[in-house]
Amino acid sequence: MGADFKVDRTLDVTGQVCPLTFVRSKLAIEKMAIGEVLEIIVDHRPAAVNVPRSMEHEGQTVLGVEQTGETEWHLFVRKDRQKSKQ
Amino acid sequence: MDFTEDQILRYSRHIILPEVGGDGQERLLNAKVALVGAGGLGSPVGYYLAAAGVGTIGVIDDDRVELSNLQRQIAHNTQRLGTLKAESAKATWEALNSDTKVNVHAVRLTAANIRGIIGDYDIVVDGSDNFPTRYLVNDACVMMKKTLISAAVFRFEGQVIAIYPGEGPCYRCLFETPPPAGMFPSCEEAGVLGVVPGVVGTLQATEVVKAILGIGEPLRGRLLIWNALEMSFFTVKVPRNRECPVCGDHPTITELIDGERSCSTG
Repeated sequence: MGADFKVDRTLDVTGQVCPLTFVRSKLAIEKMAIGEVLEIIVDHRPAAVNVPRSMEHEGQTVLGVEQTGETEWHLFVRKDRQKSKQ
Repeated sequence: MDFTEDQILRYSRHIILPEVGGDGQERLLNAKVALVGAGGLGSPVGYYLAAAGVGTIGVIDDDRVELSNLQRQIAHNTQRLGTLKAESAKATWEALNSDTKVNVHAVRLTAANIRGIIGDYDIVVDGSDNFPTRYLVNDACVMMKKTLISAAVFRFEGQVIAIYPGEGPCYRCLFETPPPAGMFPSCEEAGVLGVVPGVVGTLQATEVVKAILGIGEPLRGRLLIWNALEMSFFTVKVPRNRECPVCGDHPTITELIDGERSCSTG
């Protein structure tokens, strides 16, 4: 990853499948501050697509998706939105 | 808060929703809701609130489970005939979700006790089966500024309204006084299709959850009427009545009073 950002927290959800990969990622990012970056490690192929898409839907910014193995991806998400929709 | 592993799984479909999330689920877990009646309406309300993880439910009912209740009152079952409905409902809902604490109030609400009972709760749900209780609950909620989700069912029809004291009409703005005794059929005569309180109670539960989460448009100033035979929903706008005897500009009802008990169907 061409890292022009620093990772503030890493969440390993390997071994887990959708939708819990997203549920846990969302709970993690809710506790972070605006501008901080969450790294999420997944090994469930659909999660590599679904988690970034859901994060964008929630108003967060996906900085990158890096495939690091046959079935391992590192997702980098910057928190841009504090609250979910009201 | 930090959710337990079980809570993450149990509430995952809530947490996923942008309108709920972990924050919203935490609000549900911290919410306190009083149910007036554990009958046809109260049964589905308490069921869905317990499923949603509402942390505290107060159930107010002094009746016992009878066989004729079981056609619609799904919190109870055949083994619990003769037991207090409030205890039966507690057993059902706490078995569904141990995050929910159900407080039993096996009493009939009166002008003397209602403040002490509903004072501990944020939201009140009226599923009572008689007019004096309905008006007593409305008046107490107006005086105590408690959000009230009121509903009634009759034969194939039901109605719901959300009362936010000071922000919209109350039940007396809609129907100023109870109907005269004898104008409505008694409990025994009226009859109700069993699914009707199920649908209407579920609508009440929806309004409670929305109120806790602060999402959507509350059913405030609108009376929702559902007819099962026509399978039609419609809403009637209800303005706040400035002459309302309890929530108007110059209220004449300033103390709670016990009315004479008559019957509709709950």
